[in-house]
Amino acid sequence: MATVELKNLRKTYLTEEIIKGISLSIEEHEFVVFVGPSGCGKSTLLRMIAGLEDITSGDLLIDGQRVNDVEPGKRGLAMVFQSYALYPHMNVYKNMEFGLKLSGMPEAERRAKIENVARTLQLEPYLNHKPGQLSGGQRQRVAIGRAIVRNPKVFLFDEPLSNLDAALRGQMRVELSALHRKLGATTIYVTHDQVEAMTMADKIVVLQKGVVEQIGSPLELYHHPRNLFVARFIGSPPMNFFSAIFQGGDAAGSSVQLRDGSTLYVPVTSPGLLPGTKVTVGIRPEHVELASSGPNSGVVEVIERLGAITLVHVRMPDGEIIVVQTDGAVLTDVNSPISLTLPPRNCHLFAPDGLAFEACHRHPLAA
Amino acid sequence: MQAVLEHSPPAGATARTTKRTGFLLLSPSVLILLVWSIVPLIMTLWYSLQNYNLVDPTLHGFAGIDNYWYLLTDPDFLHALLNTLVLVAGVLVISIGGATLLAVLYDQEFFGRGIARIMVISPFFIMPTVSALLWKNLMLHPIYGVYSAMMRAVGLTPIDWLARFPLMTVMMIVAWEWLPFAVLILLTAVQSLDGEQREAARMDGAGPIARFRYIILPHLGRAISVVVMIETIYLLTIFAEISVTTAGGPGVASTNLAYLIYSRALLQFDVGGASAGGVVAIVIANIVAIFLVRAVARNLEA
Repeated sequence: MATVELKNLRKTYLTEEIIKGISLSIEEHEFVVFVGPSGCGKSTLLRMIAGLEDITSGDLLIDGQRVNDVEPGKRGLAMVFQSYALYPHMNVYKNMEFGLKLSGMPEAERRAKIENVARTLQLEPYLNHKPGQLSGGQRQRVAIGRAIVRNPKVFLFDEPLSNLDAALRGQMRVELSALHRKLGATTIYVTHDQVEAMTMADKIVVLQKGVVEQIGSPLELYHHPRNLFVARFIGSPPMNFFSAIFQGGDAAGSSVQLRDGSTLYVPVTSPGLLPGTKVTVGIRPEHVELASSGPNSGVVEVIERLGAITLVHVRMPDGEIIVVQTDGAVLTDVNSPISLTLPPRNCHLFAPDGLAFEACHRHPLAA
Repeated sequence: MQAVLEHSPPAGATARTTKRTGFLLLSPSVLILLVWSIVPLIMTLWYSLQNYNLVDPTLHGFAGIDNYWYLLTDPDFLHALLNTLVLVAGVLVISIGGATLLAVLYDQEFFGRGIARIMVISPFFIMPTVSALLWKNLMLHPIYGVYSAMMRAVGLTPIDWLARFPLMTVMMIVAWEWLPFAVLILLTAVQSLDGEQREAARMDGAGPIARFRYIILPHLGRAISVVVMIETIYLLTIFAEISVTTAGGPGVASTNLAYLIYSRALLQFDVGGASAGGVVAIVIANIVAIFLVRAVARNLEA
């Protein structure tokens, strides 16, 4: 098992900089997930670690050794591709054997290893099948098996579940987590699916436009997003935002004035802002509470009933829409007036430059 | 539901009528094609059993299997048969071997790739007769050919290729004509290879040669078998190149089956003997076709 360290890694295509200086260290046994919108550079970054893309500048260290110029096959990594990339003319056994054979491992040892992995992944009945005869989930397993048999220092996954249907994706997610717990291998996993990121990661790296927006545990990102981008990206449905005027703060919190004139005292430290500055208030749909009367009143515009929960879209007097996630059995009708309660402890404040105000108290699960 | 069931018999009748109309409309073209291929075949079979020589009208009548007997015992026939096989096999090996390497090469990014691709395809657009004449007179001519000039330039004696190595030279000319076709098919096949598969092989530690051997070649298998089949069908009947360059000679050194039949029929005016040759050629072509189609079909299923 191994550590991976990225030191100011950069990648330039022609004249455009895709990866703009990323530094990151990945511990042994850690499961790190790169997330971000499409085009954020997460796959490119993974491919740079794999050696499939050249590194323009910066250092990539695996186990403390600089591997910028080492061939992909010699970095001690194994990768699972989005399309699985199984060799279609080889059966499952030969697919898993290919890398071992090229490394010159003796036949008996190869067989023992492959059979062992096939047993773990329940692939034994399919060893003589060609990839074309397998279902999507089985192909996925073969691709993972092909990575495991090589006993790599680091596993790389490039959106491995995005070609599976929703049910299978959920199942494979659980299997991958279990497999990681069992093998304890250092893993880097790229996805655009935040459910995968939240459920599997020890550490999430949120990327945007080739820059790291935040690194942290899933709940750290959820409870203490560093800036507006992370706040918007993590969480579904996304966080609600509305503008407010900063009034002043002390050690225990900051107070802001909302559009309707009411004030909100949020337990976050104010980073030396002048009173009167325009700030952004953010609150997650699951934290807003519905009330029959009171301040922050609006009109219900859309109701989405998902069974267990209901999403209520409320049009505020100033025209903004606030989404509220509430109980599945809530009795509210479209066009009826409604009031919202915004619990201050769940509110986030963002300065004009997008950075979040530091919370006075860390959430216990995101210490 | 009831209504539909009640209406179904007329619907069936309509379908039958439609089918019959279809057959009627198809029949003229089917008939013409049938006449076109069956009548010559029957005439060839009939002539092959006749004593029929255009320069000797006195010799006529039923010949039985004499024409076949003379043909099959003629050393020229065996020679022509062997030449045909050598020609087909040689051109296949050169064109497919070369095309596989070129396809992999042209799949890489390099400056001027578009123009290079057009140039490698262009021999395919030249008529066989024209390209054979170009090779014979422009390139290989012992006195004013380009190769002769090149050889003289480095102090070597020019070789009269068509006289010294007639079959090899014809093979080379035909391979030059067919290389573009193979390149075209194999290049598209190489390009259809999933990029992630190559990358997976790189991650597995495969170098360029191992990737070519274990990933690219197997991927090209189908395309190669298709090229083999199509080229074989055309190569069995090479005629123009031989007629224009060597006229089958010296002796029968570059005579293949197609040219042998031509020389029997239109140089020796032996219609009976030529027809027997034609029937033998049909039989051989069909045997080859059966094997090829089977092999290719198996390859395509896999």
